[in-house]
Amino acid sequence: MTPKRQKRLYIILAIVFGTALAVGLTMYALNQNINLFYSASQIAKGEAPTDARMRVGGMVVEGSLKRSSNSLRVSFDLTDYENTVKVVFTGILPDLFREGQGIIAQGKMDAQGVFQADEVLAKHDENYMPPEISETMKAKKEAAQ
Amino acid sequence: MKIKLPQWFYQLASPRWFYEFSGKLLPWFAIAAFVLLITGSVWGLAFAPEDYQQGNSFRIIYVHVPASILAQSCYMLMAIAGAIGLIWKMKMAHIVAKSCATFGASIAVMSLATGAIWGKPTWGAWWVWDARLTAMLVLFFLYVGVIALHSAFENTQSADKASAVLSLVGLVNIPIIKYSVEWWNTLHQGATFKVTEKPAMPPEMWIPLLIMVLGFYCFFAVILMQRARIEVLQREKKASWVQEIIQQSL
Repeated sequence: MTPKRQKRLYIILAIVFGTALAVGLTMYALNQNINLFYSASQIAKGEAPTDARMRVGGMVVEGSLKRSSNSLRVSFDLTDYENTVKVVFTGILPDLFREGQGIIAQGKMDAQGVFQADEVLAKHDENYMPPEISETMKAKKEAAQ
Repeated sequence: MKIKLPQWFYQLASPRWFYEFSGKLLPWFAIAAFVLLITGSVWGLAFAPEDYQQGNSFRIIYVHVPASILAQSCYMLMAIAGAIGLIWKMKMAHIVAKSCATFGASIAVMSLATGAIWGKPTWGAWWVWDARLTAMLVLFFLYVGVIALHSAFENTQSADKASAVLSLVGLVNIPIIKYSVEWWNTLHQGATFKVTEKPAMPPEMWIPLLIMVLGFYCFFAVILMQRARIEVLQREKKASWVQEIIQQSL
């Protein structure tokens, strides 16, 4: 490499690492705003806003889902295995919604500490599985208990 | 510090050599892309098992994941080619970078669109402003920006330089896309393919996906070479060897 080319290489490296540093620091500062949702523990610790709209995410506690008999109103508990939040929602739940599933609810905390959701989104992970394998795994788990 | 570069690096710099070499490679990549994409899509869409939670809507993974991987690889190629073009003042590198931009923009749209179609039945929303989705949208805007910047200049050399610098600045977005699902809470699930681990799904699900990814790469190679060849002919239209080709094809 000629000295001229080497100089241009260093300029390019400076551009790439300079922007990386600047963007990295900006995102570090905005960390909490980039997170899509608060966990139940963050709400318990008071880190989440109480008067603004926000999202809360966690697992739906098994056996906590209650459906109203004459409307689309549902209530369930969301947990991060440390704290739980009670969520109330009126509307159609996504197909993937079930007990034990990770979900994200958007809405507001009311005065009683119940989360009034107006949108519920279901999360899924990257562990895709054919139904037969999922059933054998479930059967094995039950046999072990 | 003295770095010695291999002979082929300088050979690649010659538009004529590239034109002849890519002409020989092109049919092989076209055949490979055709076979891999047909095999992968038939296997993935008809024979691979459905997901225990999502059922058949999971099958869009066979388009969504390859498109998303390729959108990022294409950007990296564009930025690296741009850097080579800036450092060595290599015409051919700028031609490759320019050819990457339009393909990258379309494949990024494909990734965003298939993601939205997948998101509606599974998550319950077409779009959510989570870190992964937003970073991917930024990638699309970067591609559009590079294309727009390139066409804003009358002079090809200035256009090449400016768009190369812009693509290098945008390079920082690639690790953000990749690690967004690990650094922040997102609605988007984790990576399907990791370099260090085996995929979490069984082989009868990920082998067709891998075939699709390879097929997409071959398809990318075909389109990229085609576009670069056209660009070579346009830029070198005054060269005698191009004149010869044009004479022969008339």
